[in-house]
Amino acid sequence: MSNFSSTFSSTLGRKLIMCLTGLFLCSFLIVHLMGNLALFKNDEGLAFNQYAHFMTHFTPIKVVSYLLYSSIIVHSVFALIITIQNKKARPVAYAQKSGNGSIWSSRNMGILGTILLLFIVSHMSNFWYEYHWGETPYVKYETNLNTGKTVTTEIAATDYTGYVNYVNNGIEITKSKNLYKEVATEFKEWYLVLFYVLAMLAMSFHLVHGFQSAFQTLGWDHSKYKPLINFIGIWVFSILIPLGFAAMPLYFFFK
Amino acid sequence: MSGNMNLTLKVWRQKNSKATGKFVTYKTDDISPDMSFLEMLDVVNEGLVKKQEEPIQFDHDCREGICGSCALMINGQPHGPKKATTTCQLHMRSFNTGDTIVIEPWRSVAFPVVKDLAVDRSSLDRIQHAGGYVSVGTGGVPDANEIAIPKTIADEAFNSATCIQCGACVAACKNASAMLFVSAKVSQYALLPQGQTERYERAIAMVNQMDTEGFGGCTNTYQCEAECPKEIKVTNIARMNREYFNAEFLKDKKA
Repeated sequence: MSNFSSTFSSTLGRKLIMCLTGLFLCSFLIVHLMGNLALFKNDEGLAFNQYAHFMTHFTPIKVVSYLLYSSIIVHSVFALIITIQNKKARPVAYAQKSGNGSIWSSRNMGILGTILLLFIVSHMSNFWYEYHWGETPYVKYETNLNTGKTVTTEIAATDYTGYVNYVNNGIEITKSKNLYKEVATEFKEWYLVLFYVLAMLAMSFHLVHGFQSAFQTLGWDHSKYKPLINFIGIWVFSILIPLGFAAMPLYFFFK
Repeated sequence: MSGNMNLTLKVWRQKNSKATGKFVTYKTDDISPDMSFLEMLDVVNEGLVKKQEEPIQFDHDCREGICGSCALMINGQPHGPKKATTTCQLHMRSFNTGDTIVIEPWRSVAFPVVKDLAVDRSSLDRIQHAGGYVSVGTGGVPDANEIAIPKTIADEAFNSATCIQCGACVAACKNASAMLFVSAKVSQYALLPQGQTERYERAIAMVNQMDTEGFGGCTNTYQCEAECPKEIKVTNIARMNREYFNAEFLKDKKA
């Protein structure tokens, strides 16, 4: 009935933007976790490096990834706008204020979100930036297709002319950037491991409120599927997924 | 009289809407546990008048839990610690002798303090005026039950309509958001056949007025539901979101 800009500058419109970007980021977590499970494969990183190359070079995925980066920015910027607006709505604070009826997470989404934003910035500069423009080591895998045995050799930058994957005389040869080694090296630092684990704890608390809240915002509130939404929000998004991610730095630290 | 209570009250005193307020401490004894909270304040005020001091200003009217006037923040909870109870229906037996009770006005930019604990809640009236009504032709009196309404729908509409516009949801919300109130009003008409004609204009008009008044946005902490003396459910907020998004994205005024 009214134009788009006025719709999205209303309190409900802004809520909708938080909700949609938030849910999109949630869906990304599933893909990211499943792909990164390749890290646990005991193959010197062959599967993971192939996956990393695929994710950074397959056009549809690249398009989605830019949508993802913009979602992170929009979600953060709108959170800031909403928080400022909400602070203005109560200029004089209460001397005493109970939190009765609400969970701690729901009242501290801003703090949790800030931790997550710091984490994302650090995470992307550690791996995403390094992989694209940094000094990543290179690796060559030679898999004998008859015996299934793989020989892994590190190669110099001069021997690397781009990602290749071909079969020659029954031997599958893969040359790629060795992000796996990068990951394995980084996660030997205890403070980084601790930071990652704490960030996943923050994500757990962020999503225990955020996931079900998004559906409330959409108005998808029905006695039939609300228990399912709550179940997924708690067990999948605030327990299973953060645990899966937190296991990665811990795995490499203790490996 | 035995079993009477001694209390320390920390009361917000503010001369007028422009003055800066402060807490003033009053000691009171001889409070019967059977008094209502407002009667306790009456006793304190009598003492103040006898001492030629300005009595504490607070709103009250019916003292039966139905008018929604007695808006007091008691120890950080709107209408005090008892569930589904207005301040006037709260009895001093809910406290212990020796307690310190902090009493504050509702704090919201849309509820300017008139004096002490009394706030101006006409912003809620203006939201009602924006769309919280049904336009009807003034003909003869229609027969009762002429329009069939399923029992479950009627019940739900009546539950939403029990809102007494006291503003406790705004007071309880960390963002001073009025969405529980607005959603209850939007819901009671959206559910009933009589409300259909103006259904979508209403949702937009009331939400816009809510934003104009300066209320904060909802972040689904659900504290409003816990503190509402009439136990209005947050499912109303989900319904209002549906109404609003339907109106904004799916309906065309010109059609």
